[in-house]
Amino acid sequence: MRIAYYPGCTMKTRAASLELAAVEALNVLGVEFTELERWNCCGAVFSLAEDDLIHHVAPVRNLVRAQQEGCDTVVTICSQCYNTLARANLLVRGDQEKLETINRFMDEEPDYEGGIEVIHYLTLLRDHVGWDALKAKVVRPLDGLKVAPFYGCTLLRPDEVSIDPLHEGVLEQFLLALGAEPVAHSAATECCGSYQMLAHPEEGMQRAAKVIGSANHAGAEALVLSCPLCEYNLGTRQSDVVAMGGELKPVPTLYFTQLLGIALGLEPDLYRLDLAGPEARDLLVEKNFVAAATV
Amino acid sequence: MEGEPATTPTPVEIPGNIDPVRRAALAKVAELSGENVYECMQCGTCSAVCPMVDSMNFTTRQGIHYLQFGMVEKVIDARIGEYCASCHTCQVRCPRGIEVPKIFEAVRLLSLRMNEDLITLSEIPKETLEGAPQIAMVSAFRKLTA
Repeated sequence: MRIAYYPGCTMKTRAASLELAAVEALNVLGVEFTELERWNCCGAVFSLAEDDLIHHVAPVRNLVRAQQEGCDTVVTICSQCYNTLARANLLVRGDQEKLETINRFMDEEPDYEGGIEVIHYLTLLRDHVGWDALKAKVVRPLDGLKVAPFYGCTLLRPDEVSIDPLHEGVLEQFLLALGAEPVAHSAATECCGSYQMLAHPEEGMQRAAKVIGSANHAGAEALVLSCPLCEYNLGTRQSDVVAMGGELKPVPTLYFTQLLGIALGLEPDLYRLDLAGPEARDLLVEKNFVAAATV
Repeated sequence: MEGEPATTPTPVEIPGNIDPVRRAALAKVAELSGENVYECMQCGTCSAVCPMVDSMNFTTRQGIHYLQFGMVEKVIDARIGEYCASCHTCQVRCPRGIEVPKIFEAVRLLSLRMNEDLITLSEIPKETLEGAPQIAMVSAFRKLTA
């Protein structure tokens, strides 16, 4: 297996706190990979219209880049990039005519041959590293940290690209390997409001309120995320959501890779708690998982 | 080369008593979505699980029912396509295996391809745009602007 890491736009700008620890963790875990030298935006959403091939060019071009670098697997950390790349891959693998049309359009590139597997970082940890091997590398177990896992939409739907098709709880297993305590909550796989937070803020806020309320009800001390758009709706905009009233209480949000970085004992400048909210920093200091001087 | 089987849309048989304008619109929805609205048995599961249904002027089930009668314009007016965030919850729960988000993507595209924006970018507050990640903007603009 030769792994290409596809970062995506948000990872290199606003979501450094999602990326940096994840990349270094692969080195710690002994996973060989190369970051794609050339890549472009995946398009963020998978086009659903039968006649809309042009929007599949961007994700397929990224698969060509991985193919050019001699890789057979593309791993993403961002949930939305995963969904878009994985679905475009399935589409062209299953439809020779569409693949040929896209290949002809990208006449300056080598043809995409359909040989790339697209996987998410959590899948890589589960299937190629293993929870026991991850646990063996943990130097600072997150003992007693009650975390509500949040999957959102794009890691799980539609079924053909779900990273957890048998509902075995990949995020829960990940948290257990780090020593944390996953707490069940009813909105773990619901929509966070997605891009509607921009287009229709009232509806977006209602969705975010549902998720925050669900984490509150479950007694979670933190909400763990894998998507920069979920982070925007549930973290960055959380104070607006809580201010709407009702019974909502603030709940710190963290990317799953920040917890990974802390548990593996990585340098603080890799898990970037400075980009998390003050509640998240306070929680981790209070629990003695990080030193106050480092955040 | 391994892969998923090609999704070959089943030709949709539109009842003969639907007037020609509506027939054309419904045929376009079928062409764009690759889905057959007549496979829907109106159980309402899609509406029960839809996170945005309260913002639509009627439910997704009703939307598909109107489409079965060729009343595409009513579904556009109900803003179902505009509020659907393509979370795909309806699709994974549909007992008939209908890819419901594709149907409402097709309805949304009927507006967008008439060069009609479903959001006004200038109305999004500057501070919102400054704070939002790129994927929020790319997604919203892709889904809701012509």
